[in-house]
Amino acid sequence: MLILKCPYCGVMADETELSPGGEAHLTRHGPGSDDTEFEAYLFMRENPRGVHFERWRHAHGCGKWFHAARCTQTLEVFGTYSAQTTRPPQDLLDTISEKRPGWRWRDLA
Amino acid sequence: MKRYSAFALVREALNGHKGWERAWRNAQPKAHYDAIIIGAGGHGLATAYYLGKNFGITNVAILEKGWLGGGNTGRNTTIIRSNYLQDPSAAIYEKSRALYETLSQELNYNIMFSPRGVMMLAQTEHEVRGYRRTAHANALQGVSTEFISPRRVKELVPIIELNGPRYPVLGALWQDRAGTARHDAVAWGYARACSDMGMDIIQKCEVTGITREGGRVTGVQTTKGDIACDRLGIVVAGHSGVLAEMAGFRLPVESVALQALVSEPIKPCMDVVVMANTVHGYMSQSDKGEMVIGGGADGFNNYTQRGSFHHIEETVRALVETFPMISRLKMLRQWGGIVDMTGDRSPILSKTPIEGVFINCGWGTGGFKAIPGSGWGFAELMAKGTSPLTDPFSLNRFGEGRFIDESVAAGVAH
Ligand SMILES: Cc1cc2nc3c(=O)[nH]c(=O)nc-3n(C[C@H](O)[C@H](O)[C@H](O)COP(=O)(O)OP(=O)(O)OC[C@H]3O[C@@H](n4cnc5c(N)ncnc54)[C@H](O)[C@@H]3O)c2cc1C
Ligand SMILES: [Zn+2]
Repeated sequence: MLILKCPYCGVMADETELSPGGEAHLTRHGPGSDDTEFEAYLFMRENPRGVHFERWRHAHGCGKWFHAARCTQTLEVFGTYSAQTTRPPQDLLDTISEKRPGWRWRDLA
Repeated sequence: MKRYSAFALVREALNGHKGWERAWRNAQPKAHYDAIIIGAGGHGLATAYYLGKNFGITNVAILEKGWLGGGNTGRNTTIIRSNYLQDPSAAIYEKSRALYETLSQELNYNIMFSPRGVMMLAQTEHEVRGYRRTAHANALQGVSTEFISPRRVKELVPIIELNGPRYPVLGALWQDRAGTARHDAVAWGYARACSDMGMDIIQKCEVTGITREGGRVTGVQTTKGDIACDRLGIVVAGHSGVLAEMAGFRLPVESVALQALVSEPIKPCMDVVVMANTVHGYMSQSDKGEMVIGGGADGFNNYTQRGSFHHIEETVRALVETFPMISRLKMLRQWGGIVDMTGDRSPILSKTPIEGVFINCGWGTGGFKAIPGSGWGFAELMAKGTSPLTDPFSLNRFGEGRFIDESVAAGVAH
């Protein structure tokens, strides 16, 4: 079972306490954007085999959204961080680089 | 290739079974092929088969990183049905179901197609309306289904509990020529026929790169060296995103784990397939007597071919409600496969931004039933650049807002 630490209430939450919210750090392209951007925002996903950044909600706890960095190939969790950011914290990126040299995700690393 | 028959069985029995041939050759790669298919699952093998059979293209290699049929084709719960809502779905799934009817004869390989009937329970008023609508749509599409009463449900499935604790059975969508088949045999049958046409099935050969020149594919890099090709078909289910990245484009697809489990074998007790989408579970009985059980997919991206335990619990809980007699059954095995989910829960069979590269993916939790039809249509697309079966499923439908929305109709159904 996946266990993620909620960065708000500090609880080590079991997967059953959480609800998954999909890929993180999507830029919302709304009215006025071109079709390709809008399509990419709605449908196109990184879906990597390896390092991934995603959104989770502490649904049966404090109820808040947060971010997690995880490996989809091994289920290793690198860390969780607040939802109030458009970029993962640098120390988390450093940890990932140490564990997965050469990793890549969109324009990060 | 020596044909399988009752006569061959007798001949070999008298011969001490020394004359059986290998079902397919273990090939090594040549320098160039007219077409390469990546992925020797059901869809890849069926595509190769119809490329040869319908279009005479036999200089074909099928590259597989593991063993053939070892992906989702060998991991699914083998439900075959064509009671979808939208017209393009009905066309390709019904084509597929119809091909399954005679596939054993066509391939000279017993795929054990068993049109035992598939029943999708309606357990809320909303579901009743939804399935009635599907039955009407199916009538217009020429797909034979009907909405049946709880009484008829009980006649067909005596072990069912109609008045479960949470959701009573209010009726069901019934397709009497739907059913199951032996999943491995579908892959093996197509593989044997492909090999017989002179195609090379190359196992333990992982594609690691896709080479291009001026926007056109020229070949692939593999763990067994570089291989050139004129046309490339990517048919790798859960790994589609990984291959698309190699080719330099993105897909509207996410990979998640879907699990299944089987019980200890018991005496025959249910001779149809029952799906209960409101409570999230479905069940059939295999020829060995095991109850074959499945449920919903996990909610997060995953490539591990293992799923979360609480989904198993959820599924079993739902089925114990629906079939109280299974509460004392021991479960023997559980496994997972990585399924490729699209936003509208319909597959993608399409050209790609790279000339000569075609992709067949997005079958998600329900592509076993589609193997023959998908192979038929995708082969036509690869040979002619267009196919009436696959054209609605092109990659640009997302940008154009032309969804083939089966997410409401299908629920957790596979
Ligand atoms: C638990 C479970 C239950 C299911 N139940 C049903 C059901 O009841 N009915 C139904 O219709 N469908 C069901 N499905 C869905 C169905 O199994 C799939 O849609 C279908 O089998 C997909 O077939 P495929 O040939 O596209 O993929 P696969 O059989 O997965 O084949 C893809 C192949 O590509 C290979 N590959 C990947 N990457 C590479 C590479 N880089 N180089 C070379 N080869 C590569 C893989 O090793 C694999 O063998 C279920 C799936 C699961 C997991
Ligand atoms: Zn919390």
